[in-house]
Amino acid sequence: MPAAPFTSEELAAIRADFPILTRTVRDGKPLVYLDSGATSQKPRAVLDAERDFYEHHNAAPHRGAHALAEEATEAYEDARADIAGFIGAGAGEVVFTKNATESINLAAYAFSNADHGSPLRIGEGDEVLITEMEHHANLVPWQELCRRTGATLRWIPVTDEGRLDLTDLGSLLTDRTKVLAFTHASNVLGTVNPARELADAARAVGAISVLDACQSVPHLPVDVTDLGVDLLAFSGHKMLGPTGIGVLWGRADLLEQLPPFLTGGSMIETVRMEGSTYAAPPQRFEAGVPMTAQAIGLGAAVRYLQGLGMDRVHAHETALTGQLLAGLADRPWVRVIGPTTTENRGGAVAFDVDGVHAHDVGQILDDSGVEVRVGHHCAWPLHRRLGVTASTRASLAAYNTPGEIDAFLAALDRVPQVFEVAS
Amino acid sequence: MDLYQELIIEHAKRPHRAGLRAPFDAEVHHVNPTCGDEVTLRVDLDGDTIRDVSYDSLGCSISVASASILAEQVTGHTLAEADVVHDAMHAMLTSRGQDAGDEEVIGDGIALAGVARYPARVKCALLGWMAFQDALNQAGARPAAESSTSSSLKEQHV
Repeated sequence: MPAAPFTSEELAAIRADFPILTRTVRDGKPLVYLDSGATSQKPRAVLDAERDFYEHHNAAPHRGAHALAEEATEAYEDARADIAGFIGAGAGEVVFTKNATESINLAAYAFSNADHGSPLRIGEGDEVLITEMEHHANLVPWQELCRRTGATLRWIPVTDEGRLDLTDLGSLLTDRTKVLAFTHASNVLGTVNPARELADAARAVGAISVLDACQSVPHLPVDVTDLGVDLLAFSGHKMLGPTGIGVLWGRADLLEQLPPFLTGGSMIETVRMEGSTYAAPPQRFEAGVPMTAQAIGLGAAVRYLQGLGMDRVHAHETALTGQLLAGLADRPWVRVIGPTTTENRGGAVAFDVDGVHAHDVGQILDDSGVEVRVGHHCAWPLHRRLGVTASTRASLAAYNTPGEIDAFLAALDRVPQVFEVAS
Repeated sequence: MDLYQELIIEHAKRPHRAGLRAPFDAEVHHVNPTCGDEVTLRVDLDGDTIRDVSYDSLGCSISVASASILAEQVTGHTLAEADVVHDAMHAMLTSRGQDAGDEEVIGDGIALAGVARYPARVKCALLGWMAFQDALNQAGARPAAESSTSSSLKEQHV
């Protein structure tokens, strides 16, 4: 039996776990938070985990041998194990970073830091393949890698409906391709890409696949073995966790080959004045005292999500997305940017209001207490491709309710009135 | 809400002096990197007098209305007079609502007073004015020592 969306009683209990959801904005209006794609709100369990660490166990992990250092190390590594379990990985395959942006930079720099002769080394004649729907975080680091190494950046185009156009994949993904980096779920279009199919195609030509999972890991069950990718990045703050913590997951044998990105304390094996050798993964990629409390907070976040059940989170958000898309379809002055059904689609819904700029749409919604994102959502080339300067985006999380979708649609109906455009 | 005065909607729907015209002494292109809004703006000078400000503005109602008001307020005026208007607009927009603005000085610009209470929108309203300052600098209308005005505005813009 497929998982069911949350009942209204379950939703009320979930919402009670998020202190911020009870506040009001703009002269007493109830907060309708539809910007979880930018950052999610945090349940009390996450806030408590960070506070508990600082109040009772705070020390630098993986240094020293005193009692607190032992406890801090254990808490930090327990969090790693829980987060690894959440995505079907081994704990040794989870590298903590500041955020997904750093995770992707870590990967991109590994390809230019690799020794000459290493199979990972990228240079002239090699190609990096990305897509036209990428967030800047999975675009600019690859542009920079190509600039540093002389490799060529290519990209898979996007159809008018906001899907990847895989028609010419055979000529884009070739034996020249060293890296295929793409998003699992678009932060603008909501499109969920065929990750397994693309990962298999990359492997067939000897390319390493890098998946931006920022908008999938928080919203649907993700298992790295099922996806078949080589590297996968996500941010803690978009999945009910704290800011300042992200993950790069990598296949153990690949991480073993990757050179370090940031160097310094705690990532070393031995250090002499003449040179150093480096620790095994994941420590090799975690230079400096890590984001301990944040990692522990993210551990609490994944346990919270596991308690909800990711299949039910997905079912719930899919039902809300359907309600949202149906409401927008009833308003001919709104154009959804991205797929208009819930098939292979997540809960990020961007749209354009005919004749009204996204900033102005967002301002009217904000005046009603409805918080959405406006702008290009760090996907400027995608907006250019779809012929809009900026868009308005509503994005969902487990704590959103059908009533909030209704409130959003009612607030949206004020837009054509204020700006005197046809509705 | 007080942000969208009728006057702003009017300027945004039918911007005054819009479009790019020749001749001109300098053309600049400014972008708001957070939202992708753009303005291309030209100035045409006749000695110390601003003969024409023409522009192509791609953005929200606040940024388009602000460019329209700018063109209306400074065209035909001297550089010194335009500076007075610019400084008054800048002071009002960055005052967080403390400076209500002087209609005698800024004309229709007074309709943008409400923007100052929305920090995220101030840069929308300043976009055209920053482009205007930059264009004047590039047209050589400023002694070198004064051109720092433009760069300090750009920093705010990011």
